[in-house]
Amino acid sequence: MNSTPNEQVPLADDSIIDLQEVSIFYSGKIAVDKVSFPIAKNKITSIIGPSGCGKSTLLRSLNRMNDFIPGVTVDGMVTYGGQNLHGSEVDPVEVRRCIGMVFQKPNPFPKSIYKNVAWGPGINGYKDSMDELVEQSLRQAALWEEVKDRLHESALSLSGGQQQRLCIARALAMAPDVLLMDEPCSALDPISTAHIEDLLFELKSRYTIVIVTHNMQQAARISDHTAFLETGKLIEFGVTDQIFTRPQNQRTEEYVTGRFG
Amino acid sequence: MSTPDKPAFQLDYGDLKRRHRKAKIFANFCATITWMGVALLAVLLAQVSIDGFKWLDWQFISSFPSRFPAKAGIASALVGTLWLISLIAIISIPIGVATALYLEEFNSKNRLNRLIELNISNLAGVPSIVYGIIGLAVFVRQLGLERSLLSGALTMSLLILPIIIIASREAIKTVPMSIRHAAFALGATRWQTTWAHVLPAASPGILTGVILALSRAIGETAPLIMIGGLTYVAFFPEGPMDSFTALPIQIFNWVARPQQEFHELAAGAIIVLLAVLLLMNAAAIVIRHKAEQKFK
Repeated sequence: MNSTPNEQVPLADDSIIDLQEVSIFYSGKIAVDKVSFPIAKNKITSIIGPSGCGKSTLLRSLNRMNDFIPGVTVDGMVTYGGQNLHGSEVDPVEVRRCIGMVFQKPNPFPKSIYKNVAWGPGINGYKDSMDELVEQSLRQAALWEEVKDRLHESALSLSGGQQQRLCIARALAMAPDVLLMDEPCSALDPISTAHIEDLLFELKSRYTIVIVTHNMQQAARISDHTAFLETGKLIEFGVTDQIFTRPQNQRTEEYVTGRFG
Repeated sequence: MSTPDKPAFQLDYGDLKRRHRKAKIFANFCATITWMGVALLAVLLAQVSIDGFKWLDWQFISSFPSRFPAKAGIASALVGTLWLISLIAIISIPIGVATALYLEEFNSKNRLNRLIELNISNLAGVPSIVYGIIGLAVFVRQLGLERSLLSGALTMSLLILPIIIIASREAIKTVPMSIRHAAFALGATRWQTTWAHVLPAASPGILTGVILALSRAIGETAPLIMIGGLTYVAFFPEGPMDSFTALPIQIFNWVARPQQEFHELAAGAIIVLLAVLLLMNAAAIVIRHKAEQKFK
């Protein structure tokens, strides 16, 4: 790192999550090294970088999903609503209610489409009309028209792209503050990918989205802010346009122009 | 090193032929061994059928044992077996599945838990007569349950618990981690995730394991004789504290007698026992199939 990146880039003033010197270790081996940047409210922040640079690990630290990987320890602060998410007094279940996640491979429950969406709100004590919530969530995920006549069929009968949108609908049904997406399009064909990118634009007005992606065009197309990681270090963070057209760092330039990675 | 227009290694077709021949010989060897086993089983079944079929009638099923072969039947043994198997299921399924869930889902991998896991695998290999001795010492004597159905069921439950636990753990392991992560990411607790997703997805495998374990219990003789299942019972047990007999005990008893007729009666009882076993296994297959359909 040649500078503290977030000082030189004009960013939206209200950040919803702040990463401060976040380091993540796998059984003592460092995977993410003192990364700091803010995540702006109602914006799309993308995290890019070559394979194995720690971007997914970093993303998972934002809703405590690293808890399920044995041997992972997190240093530093991830501040959300004035609280360090990794503080001992924080209940990870509570964190995950507010910060939802969509995974790399579509992972619908082997149940009906309806139950996939309704289960999360159900166990968290949602009291209003479940039918309405399911419809609204599926509409937000641009899936309603395709599945409205087969809500009680198995979610596994859907295509990969539809399954991923169902997973997005399932996450949206929880009305999360932040939606984390771990390479959500990597298992999908270009048409499904385009569907989901359109969807993210729509969702931006209501949700804050953090997306990890391998696809640089995707990051350039959809995100407002971009963080570039290499071997666990934050190389550059800034407004997406700037990262892709006038990067400050040599490595960033090489990466975004496709010279390595 | 080879020149560019030549492959890097020379194919030796003679050698390839020899390798194919070797594969064939081995395949034939395996087939022979398999069919030898099947043939042995067929001879056994044929022998039992020839001996036993002529005794198989309603009178045989519905009569109590008797000194006179013509009047003897397996009613009390069959009812005893059904009692036993129901009690074993009630006792062993909840404990076994709960243990498997604890070890797979809730367990932090510390030394004590690893010791438990190791011991469960060892227990699965302990001879059944040893469980009989434990049953006699603990349930019959120490806890004063006498030579009752309950003592028998508890002893048999001990015997098959390791099998149920191991089968259930394997079934739980096959549930993809991504399903659990999906549930956790929706703000579910460990218990909600397990109850709503892991257990249903694992249930076909668990059920198969449970039914196979129960089939094992139905055929076990040694522990029941050890804790003193009676050999002559001319009444139906009416509760778990009653004394009892069971099909394997009845068979054992009949085989031990000198008269040929009783040996044939034993063969008849074996046919009934096999029928019950086959029914249970068929049930396992049907249940598994149904459950798998549901998750497709």
